[in-house]
Amino acid sequence: MKPARKQRLQLVIFIVSVASIGIGLAVYALRDNINLFYTPSQMLAGEAPQNTRIRVGGMVVVDSFVRNEDSLDTAFEVTDGAANIQIQYSGILPDLFAEDEAAVALGYWTSEKIFKAEEVMAKHDEEYTPPEVADAMEKAHQATDKNAPGLH
Amino acid sequence: MISMSFQFDSMADFLAMSGHGVYVWTAYGITVLVLVVLAFRPLLKQRRFLSIQREQNRAQNNDRDSNRIDDGATK
Amino acid sequence: MWQSILKFIQKWFHRFGSPRWFYQTTGKWLPYLAVISVGLLVLGSIWGLGFAPQDARQGNSYRIIFIHVPISVLAMIGYYVMAAAGAVALIWKIKIANMVMVSAAPLGAALTFLALLTGSIWGKPTWGTYWVWDARITSMLILFFLYLGVIALNQAFTSRDTAYKACAILSLVGTVNIPIIYKSVDWWYTLHQPATIKLTGASSIHPDMLKPLIVMILGFYCFYALVLMLNTRTEILAREWRSSWVRGLSQ
Repeated sequence: MKPARKQRLQLVIFIVSVASIGIGLAVYALRDNINLFYTPSQMLAGEAPQNTRIRVGGMVVVDSFVRNEDSLDTAFEVTDGAANIQIQYSGILPDLFAEDEAAVALGYWTSEKIFKAEEVMAKHDEEYTPPEVADAMEKAHQATDKNAPGLH
Repeated sequence: MISMSFQFDSMADFLAMSGHGVYVWTAYGITVLVLVVLAFRPLLKQRRFLSIQREQNRAQNNDRDSNRIDDGATK
Repeated sequence: MWQSILKFIQKWFHRFGSPRWFYQTTGKWLPYLAVISVGLLVLGSIWGLGFAPQDARQGNSYRIIFIHVPISVLAMIGYYVMAAAGAVALIWKIKIANMVMVSAAPLGAALTFLALLTGSIWGKPTWGTYWVWDARITSMLILFFLYLGVIALNQAFTSRDTAYKACAILSLVGTVNIPIIYKSVDWWYTLHQPATIKLTGASSIHPDMLKPLIVMILGFYCFYALVLMLNTRTEILAREWRSSWVRGLSQ
């Protein structure tokens, strides 16, 4: 390679590496702000600010969802596997909102350890299955649960 | 194996997409529109370029021709 | 062996580096590429919209995946195409590489716009919102602005050489964003789900849905190549109008 070309190649490598290091460090410094939501564990550990608009995300706990018969008031718990927190919300929930599915709520973390949500979003996973296949998998799952030792 | 059956009972069902039609068809519609613009924009530009150039060529040739006539007239 | 590979690449480089050769050769490819990409896109769309089974949870709204995923993939790969062309242009001073670079910018911007738009439309029935400032969506928006930046820089200078150089440098700096977009869903908590088609490991999508998706991805690759060639040919005409072979085109 001609010396001039080699020099220009080095310049290109220099530009890309300096940009990578610079932006990499900036992103690393901002890593906590880049997360869209806090997990229930982080909230209970006191990492989330109170009385500011924040988001919390996790799996909606099975059998935790209750709806007021006369209004749009709802309450449910979300979990990250290690901790649960209660969310209160008044409004229409997205179609994909369901127990045992992930959800993200935007609202305020109160001193009573209750999250007052203004908006609830459903977070779906990256799996796509036809309904019949999903049914079959569900049945198979139930069958193995029934046969699982220690449950009877 | 490829399941090759149409998933909808009627054309109306197909358009409705069980309530999600407006989202699905808007997304596809705008996409088709943008793709058509992407493909035809360079073709139109090229055509415009070539027609302008053709005109310039003609103008140059005319200049040359008229010069020749002028030359003839002055003599 | 390495020597002969290098020789081959060099020879290919120089032939492809000639705008005239590029214009004439791609002219022969265009009709085939157009037929293949339209064919694949029409086939994939009909398959995905009408014949692929619905999703157990999302119902029919998931059918947006057949355009959203290929467009997003090409929007990101297109940035590498632009940056690679910029690097080649900087190092080897090849005219055509500059032209490919600036031709990739408006195409990439349009695809990124479509990726954001189709994702946003898909978000409403599934997430319950059109927009959220999570890491995936924000980094994708930055990609859109990077493309716009290259377009703006290309028009900002009266000197062609300076414009090309500025575009190449911005393109190279912006490449940092691509792995960030790709890994954002794994590195941070986002509303956007992780990748369905993985570079390594099995895809988490049923084969009946994966097949039309692959047809659409191939279709969009061909469409990308087609439009990139068309844009580059237009750029060649605009920059090489003085040369006799371009003048000969209109006669």
